[in-house]
Amino acid sequence: MQIGLEHYLVVSALLFCLGLLGLVTRRNLLVMYMSLELMLNAANLALVSFSRFNNNLNGQILVFFIITVAAAEVSVGLALIVALYRKRQTAHVEDLTSMKL
Amino acid sequence: MPALPDILFYVFAFLTLLCGVLVVANPFSRNAVTSAMFLVLTIISMAGLFVLLHAFFLAAVQILVYAGAVMVLFLFVIMLLDLKVEERRKIKLFSLVAALVSVGAIVTIFVKSILSASPGVNAPPPVLEGETAALGKLLFTQYLLPFEVVSVLLLVAMVGVILLSKKDLK
Repeated sequence: MQIGLEHYLVVSALLFCLGLLGLVTRRNLLVMYMSLELMLNAANLALVSFSRFNNNLNGQILVFFIITVAAAEVSVGLALIVALYRKRQTAHVEDLTSMKL
Repeated sequence: MPALPDILFYVFAFLTLLCGVLVVANPFSRNAVTSAMFLVLTIISMAGLFVLLHAFFLAAVQILVYAGAVMVLFLFVIMLLDLKVEERRKIKLFSLVAALVSVGAIVTIFVKSILSASPGVNAPPPVLEGETAALGKLLFTQYLLPFEVVSVLLLVAMVGVILLSKKDLK
């Protein structure tokens, strides 16, 4: 069977759900952040495959911008995690409940 | 006998998903460094999928930016924080079951909708080559303004990170 758009989309959907599962179940801030990256990558894969099978380069341009913004987002997020760790000495979300009553 | 790109698709897709599973749920180690290493493998095999989709430039960018810069940043922060091995906390059974049920429902919805819509059936065979020259031309003509805005965004992120990592954060 010829590899078509559906195959790539199924891989992308499974990868997205893996990222979601990691985000919901893991409690380490850094691993949760990596799961977020996994979800972003899944979206990139879907965009590139749409771009390929619709004969349209705009999808690849969008992926290029997504990668750039993701790099900026990672740097800011990790700086926030480091600042938080300096204040609280933990990177575990269940210890970070200062907004809870 | 299937063609070589088809075999390569299955190899890369399997590797991507396997390493993705090992990022989020590694049965042998709960160390964050292990997760980061498997995320690097996921990204590299996804770059292989990009090559199969004829997006050569994006494959190179994926490896350079993600596997290079972003993951080095991750590893740097993990080692800077010096996390102890995440002690076994009892995972609440209710939250685990709720997560599995909701993610399983989303998987089912995704796969069913993709298979029932079958968006690629009537499409003509792809002729587009994700040529770097065409991509660059598009980037510097039609998408010139977003390109410049993204460079400003990178500058803003850099200033923000420097401010956030100052010793006395006000």
